[in-house]
Amino acid sequence: MNDFQPILTKHVGQPGSATLDYYLIHEGYQAARQAIHEMTSDAVIQVVKDSGLQGRGGAGFPTGVKWSFIPRNSRKPKYLINNADESEPGTFKDRLLINHNPHQVIEGMIIASKAIDCHLAFIYIRGEFVKEARLLETALEECRANHMLGKGIFGSNFDLDILVHRGAGAYICGEETGLIESLEGKRGWPRIKPPFPAIEGYLKSPTVVNNVETLANLPHIILNGADWFRAIGASHDSPGPKLYCLSGHVKKPGVYEAPSGIELTELIYELAGGIKDDRRLKAVIPGGSSSPVLTASEIDGLKMDYPSVKAAGSMLGSAGIMVLDETTDMVQVCYNLARFYAHESCGQCTPCREGTTWLTKILRRFTQGQGRREDLDLILEVTDNIGGLIDFSLGSYGKTICPFGEAVAWPVRAFVQKFRNEFMDYLVEDAVA
Amino acid sequence: MSFAFTPERKRLFKELVKRYPDKRSVTLPALHLAQEQEGYLGRETIEALARMLGSAPSTLMDTVSFYTMFTTRPRGKYLLQVCQTLACSLAGADQVVDHISKRHQIKVGETTPDGKFTLLKVECLGSCGTAPVVQINDDYYERLTLDKVDRILDKLA
Repeated sequence: MNDFQPILTKHVGQPGSATLDYYLIHEGYQAARQAIHEMTSDAVIQVVKDSGLQGRGGAGFPTGVKWSFIPRNSRKPKYLINNADESEPGTFKDRLLINHNPHQVIEGMIIASKAIDCHLAFIYIRGEFVKEARLLETALEECRANHMLGKGIFGSNFDLDILVHRGAGAYICGEETGLIESLEGKRGWPRIKPPFPAIEGYLKSPTVVNNVETLANLPHIILNGADWFRAIGASHDSPGPKLYCLSGHVKKPGVYEAPSGIELTELIYELAGGIKDDRRLKAVIPGGSSSPVLTASEIDGLKMDYPSVKAAGSMLGSAGIMVLDETTDMVQVCYNLARFYAHESCGQCTPCREGTTWLTKILRRFTQGQGRREDLDLILEVTDNIGGLIDFSLGSYGKTICPFGEAVAWPVRAFVQKFRNEFMDYLVEDAVA
Repeated sequence: MSFAFTPERKRLFKELVKRYPDKRSVTLPALHLAQEQEGYLGRETIEALARMLGSAPSTLMDTVSFYTMFTTRPRGKYLLQVCQTLACSLAGADQVVDHISKRHQIKVGETTPDGKFTLLKVECLGSCGTAPVVQINDDYYERLTLDKVDRILDKLA
C-alpha cells in the first residue's frame, strides 16, 4: 500500500480537473484514440479479459467476459449503458469520479463502445444528481465540439454519441434490467433472465451495462496493459485499483483509492483515521447495505477483494463500508435498513413486496420495545421466504426475479443471527419485568 | 388549465425525440422537463405529455407513480429532502428533521402555509461520506449541523 499512487482519483481536487483542456494535457483520450485507430474490437475485449477487471457495480463479474456475450454478427444496434444510478446505501464513489474527472468516465465509454461496436451509448444517472448530470452534459458537449463524439470520432469512421439520461428516484433502477426498463420509459421492474441484456437488452437489442468505476479503469488498462493491471493489489484473481467508500463511525469518512485486497483494518484505522471518538469497533457492513454485517472479530486480516470477502461470508459488493462503533444499536440499524428495502422494493414479486413490509413492521415493533421471542424465528422465516436458503458455496436460491430479495434477506438475517442478544433486550416480556 | 411547453422546452423536447432511438424512451426526460416547468405533474400535463409521446395517459401514469421524484401535487418552493438511511441516521438525521419540523411548524410531508417549504424524509441520497445530508431542490447540503441548517434556511426565508 505504501508505494501505491492513486490512478482513478489522481486528479481529484486539482483545479479544472473536470475540463477537457485539463484532461487532454494529462494523457486524456490517448487510450480512446489508440482503441479506435489501432485496435480491433477483439483486441480491446482481450486486453480487458486478460487484465482481470471485475465489474465495480457490486456483482464483480469479469468485464471482458460480459462484453464477449454480445453477439458479433447481430444486425441489431448494440447499446452501452453506463450505470451511474449509485444508490446502494454506503456507496458514494461514482459521484466523485463524475464530479472530478468526467472525461475519464467518457473515455472509458468510448473504449467499451469500440469493444462491443456500439454507436449510441447512455449514461443512466440517478435523478437526484442534478449537478453531476449537468457536468456530464458539459463534458459531452466539449467532446462533440472537438470531434471526439459524433460522426467519425478522432478522424476515424467510427460514429458514437452519448446521451445523459436521468433517473427519477428508484433504487431498483441500479439493477441492470430494471435500469433498461426505466430507460425505455417504464416502471423500473427487473426482467426475468434469460434472455440476458447481452442478447435482449434495451429495445430488445444487445446491451452491456457497466458501472462508472468499471469504465473509468479502461483508459488505464489500454495505456498500460493487462499485466500492469494484474499486478496491482493483493490478489491476481481480483486485481486493480479500487475505490472504497468509508462512512459511519470513522474519523475521516470519504472515498479512498487503494489496491484491491487492502486489509479492511488498514482502511478503517489508517486511511479513515480510526473509530470516531476512539471508541471500540462493533461491526462493519463491508460492501453496501446488501452485504451481511461482519463482527469486529470477523474482520481481522480480511482482505477487501471479491473472493476474500465472499469467503468471509459477506460480499465486497459496491465497497460501501459502513463502520459501526460499540455504542451502535444493532436493532435500530437493522430496522433502518429493512425500512429502506421496504420503501425501495419495486413491488413486482410478492415475496419481496410483502416480505420487506413484514420485516419492517416486526422490526419496528422491536424498536418500540414490543418484540416477541417468537419474532426472531419469524424474521428468519420471512427472510428465507424472500431470499431463499443462504449458502454462499452454492450461490443463492432466491425466490424473486432480481437479487433485491437476497439483498434484503442476507443482511437482515446476519443482524439477527450475529446480534441476537441485542434483539433479546427489546423483548416485551423483559420490558415488563 | 392546459399544459404546453415553453418554446425553449419545446425545442429541447423535439431535440430529445430526434436523439433517442424510440419515442417512449423520452418519457423520463420529458417528465423532468414538464415538472421543472410546472412544479408538478397535474392531470392536464400528463394528458398532454401522453399525446406528445404517443402513449395513453394511464400508461404514462403507470411510469409516473413508480418514481419518488415525480409528484402529481404541487409542493413548496423549496423541497427539503432529508436523507434518513443508515449513514445519515447514525449522524443525526432525525434531529435535523425534528429541527426543521419545529422551526417551520410542519410535519414530514407537509408544506408551510406560505407555500415556501415542503419537508420530506427520503431514502439514501448517495452521500454517506458527508452525512447527514439534505437535498434542497437541485442542491445537496452536506455535513449538516443544526446551526448549519439554520444558516441555510435563513438564506432561503
